[in-house]
Amino acid sequence: MRFVDEFRQPELITRTAEEIRRLADPARHYRFMEVCGGHTHAIYRFGLMDLLPPNIELVHGPGCPVCVLPMGRIDDGLSIAEDPNVIFAAFGDMMRVPGTHGSPLEYKARGMDVRIVYSPTDALKLARKNPDKHVMFFAIGFETTAPSTALTLMRAKAEGIPNFSVFSNHVTIIPAIRAILDSPDMRIDAFIGPGHVSTVIGCRPYGWIASDEGKPIAVSGFEPLDVLQSVVMLLRQLKDGTAIVENNYKRVVPWEGNKAALKAIAEVFEIRPYFEWRGLGFISQSALRLKDTYAQWDAEKRFSVPGVRVTDPKAAQCGEVLKGVLKPAQCKLFAKECTPEHPIGALMVSSEGSCAAYYSYAMRKSPELVHVT
Amino acid sequence: MTSAPPKIRFRDPQVDMAHGAGGKASRRLVEGLFAPILCGASTEPLGDAAHIDISGARIAITTDAFVVRPLSFPGGSIGELAVNGTVNDLAVSGARAVALVCSYVLEAGLPSDILEAEVRAMAAAAQRAGVVIAGGDTKVVEHGKADQMYITTAGIGSLIPGLSLSAASVRPGDKIILSGPIGDHGITILLARGELDLEADLRSDTRSVLPLVEELAAKAGSGVRWMRDPTRGGVATSLNELARDCACGMQISEELIPMHDAVRGACELLGLDPLHIANEGQFLSVVSPESAEAALKALHNTPGGEQAAIIGEVTEQPAGSVLVTTLYGGTRIVDMLVGDPLPRIC
Repeated sequence: MRFVDEFRQPELITRTAEEIRRLADPARHYRFMEVCGGHTHAIYRFGLMDLLPPNIELVHGPGCPVCVLPMGRIDDGLSIAEDPNVIFAAFGDMMRVPGTHGSPLEYKARGMDVRIVYSPTDALKLARKNPDKHVMFFAIGFETTAPSTALTLMRAKAEGIPNFSVFSNHVTIIPAIRAILDSPDMRIDAFIGPGHVSTVIGCRPYGWIASDEGKPIAVSGFEPLDVLQSVVMLLRQLKDGTAIVENNYKRVVPWEGNKAALKAIAEVFEIRPYFEWRGLGFISQSALRLKDTYAQWDAEKRFSVPGVRVTDPKAAQCGEVLKGVLKPAQCKLFAKECTPEHPIGALMVSSEGSCAAYYSYAMRKSPELVHVT
Repeated sequence: MTSAPPKIRFRDPQVDMAHGAGGKASRRLVEGLFAPILCGASTEPLGDAAHIDISGARIAITTDAFVVRPLSFPGGSIGELAVNGTVNDLAVSGARAVALVCSYVLEAGLPSDILEAEVRAMAAAAQRAGVVIAGGDTKVVEHGKADQMYITTAGIGSLIPGLSLSAASVRPGDKIILSGPIGDHGITILLARGELDLEADLRSDTRSVLPLVEELAAKAGSGVRWMRDPTRGGVATSLNELARDCACGMQISEELIPMHDAVRGACELLGLDPLHIANEGQFLSVVSPESAEAALKALHNTPGGEQAAIIGEVTEQPAGSVLVTTLYGGTRIVDMLVGDPLPRIC
């Protein structure tokens, strides 16, 4: 497969892993955060941990959109789905994420009209096909998916489609990284920067991480070679005592980002004053809502929702895991009450969530870790 | 003599789609509710077909229900699946299908030409598989109470001589053989539903695997220890079940698993693991190390088995788990399918 196999060549991988071992100072411990859930997934899926020396620790970041979504938002979205006139449409990623009274899939099993869509435009198609129903798209994602939601809304407006709305949970990555760096219990040496998000926002917005915080960052793709090469870049910077933003995903990420996508976001969305993130709490200017010019398609304006803040089960330590303070297996519920089949926190649902990734790909290789408290 | 009442461990409040997806939830339902109530104290591991004695003759018996949507898809249709599915369940239990019976549940309003096409597809598949359809039953339900048509088939088979299969006979060092490329059926169906706006040059792999199984039995006979057709839940689920049943580990190597590029590509794009995708015309076998070469050769020399491959072997550790070696020597555990495979977007 082109653009995939080139980045999975065993001999290149082996050579890069050797270079990592050469560069890593055995006297020091490294903590690198991979911001993106996609990286977490790739690291487990390809067994990359096995290729790194033990003093390089990869800390899983907040870049998994369903993982950072607080339960109250899911409840709000699902309360709209209870209207028999509404079709609730969302990405497959959302379907198993638990709300207070069940996940979207469980709502579907109870008879509510819940559909999996592959893109927001598919939700719009559903609206065209079902003129007597209202289709609500439960939008999630960082800047990666926001442009496609924006373009869909622009089309809905241009065509004047009345029976379609978006419940926006779009969030932005930079404030989340800032919150992590501001967190007192956080010790990160360098960042493996988001890949897909950067295809939209480019590399420039990360500048402050290097210049103000002195942390190296390498924007990275998702193939094994991408991730390992990024580790090489970070080790080199730390060795040289430099901190810059490096673009290690040039085949997709333009330094300036995707201007057309950014324009679409700016046309449809505005920044919310604040938004709640699971595990990280309220972060100011960290999420997107629809502008007033799109009020007619804004599910939050068209429907009344409970808007209740739902706290996570007390014993669950999703927040600490999300911030990278705890490893998944160090959470009290991990692999006990909380499993991929009966997830309590969203980190156990999405295959990009560090708990699910850890559970399915690594846990049973080192069962002793499960009992760490 | 009284026996203790069966213990019902199934505690899920309602039936969800996951209970039918062939993974963990399905297993919980079958082992926690159906088996203890219906099969009582029998401790036999649940296979694809049961072997029972009738007046001194030992036969295999199985049943399978088919609810696929859409009814027809590139490479096959529900009628063909209904025959091949049951023939294959018998085959991997070590039996040659002799006769099938079938039940139709039809939704009022189903166009007759669709029904006729499916009945003809069944007849053709039965002829290809060398099995007789000996009887059937029909029910019609109100419009909206079923999705066009469902077919249930049940079949009996005679045991293939020279085969003695059980998970308990599987030993560390045994080789794991896969009959051909995986994921074609599951990905074809996913794309045929037309919800994803993706196209690929793929066809369902539905077929009878009986010729391959018979050739394997003839050439590797007593060296064949276990077989299973990895339908719903895919190769990962079948191997996890075996790992659990024989208390060994299964170590397979990513680069050895045959797969079409279109399946790999679709799985990459949708965030699915091909090891969890359903197959309808492949089977896994575990063969003693001494018989492995003969077994592989037998499959290679049989039409439809050209791409068969040894994908790994049975190990002592990690007992009860399936470990996949990635292309770079890293490893990962592959669990049974949890719920339905859902496309991952963001």
